Amino acid sequence: MSGILVQLFLHFALLSFLSFGGANALLPEIHRVVVHQQHWMNDATFTHLYAVAQAAPGPNVLVVTLVGWQVAGVAGAVVSTVAMCLPMSVVIYFIFRHWERFRGAPWQQAVQVGVAPLSIGLVFSSGTLIGLTAGLGPGGVAATLATILVCLRFPKLHPLWLIAGGALLGLLGLV
Amino acid sequence: MVDATRPPAPSAASDAVPPEVTLGALFSGFSRVGLSGFGGVLPFARRMLVERQRWLSPQEFNSVLGLCQFLPGPNVVNLAVCVGSRYQGALGAVVAVLGMLVGPFVVVLLLGLLYSLYGELHAVQAMLRGISAVGVGLILSLGVRMLGALKEKKVYLPFVVLTFVAIAVLRLPLVLVMGVLATLSSIVAYRRIRRAMAALDAGEGA
Repeated sequence: MSGILVQLFLHFALLSFLSFGGANALLPEIHRVVVHQQHWMNDATFTHLYAVAQAAPGPNVLVVTLVGWQVAGVAGAVVSTVAMCLPMSVVIYFIFRHWERFRGAPWQQAVQVGVAPLSIGLVFSSGTLIGLTAGLGPGGVAATLATILVCLRFPKLHPLWLIAGGALLGLLGLV
Repeated sequence: MVDATRPPAPSAASDAVPPEVTLGALFSGFSRVGLSGFGGVLPFARRMLVERQRWLSPQEFNSVLGLCQFLPGPNVVNLAVCVGSRYQGALGAVVAVLGMLVGPFVVVLLLGLLYSLYGELHAVQAMLRGISAVGVGLILSLGVRMLGALKEKKVYLPFVVLTFVAIAVLRLPLVLVMGVLATLSSIVAYRRIRRAMAALDAGEGA
């Protein structure tokens, strides 16, 4: 048991250093590690946990909480969440006071500009991969496309409405 | 997530910062942000920090958020660290992060518990399938919006495509992909920034 907790901590702490673009950008890697490499759960459970996390409030990083919980209970949830948040929080704490001094330095701008396209690629990868593992049928793909259109047309719309709509469509057997 | 910083700042919000923000205020402020944020917490964080509590001016918010986006890790958690440590030091940072995470943590585990009890039910699986489909749409629309905001697409779009192919198609490990592609794209960006600065200097000299 404690072996699993250590593994969870190490995996997520390592991932936290790579999470440019938020937790959504990390989903493919989390999926790769959790499902294919460690065999902690199957595709169906992973997608279900993702959906459950969508229905909850809070930072996107909480999908990791659920993954940890599924693997090793409440202790797993705590360990995974801490692993994901703690390392960079400590780094940020110490960097915060020096940040302004480097503002506008060419290397700083370069990294900022350079990382941006990668986060975008990661976000598209996440969407694609979650869609594939969820095994969306024609109804599901239609719901996904409709969500994209609604989101882009009405950027102020609260996502909870869309999530509730998705649950309803599913319940009606349309997805 | 990024576009939360785009709307022009309300002019009244740049007034004096309140002299003291207590640990309790940090905890409750960030709790409210965490619990009201569905599908992205950042817009709620901005509303609380800049417009309601005025713990940060709009300019400070952009600058601090720039740091949080520049470094990896959950942006909003990093933001809580910065704001908490600014007002109450290390303890403030811990309290702000806990405020942000504890409420949603409990809610998500309760939902997880419901899933483990009723996840086998046909109706629940159908609902989760519908939510997944919408969730995929939410992620992809975020990608589209970020792509719209990407500058110098001719130069940087290839990096978007390469990342996508490496991760989604070839399924390569993220460490490898980020290591190679982030280095390359940062070198490209560095050279372009230096060249732009040199051109600017030359223009001023002439």
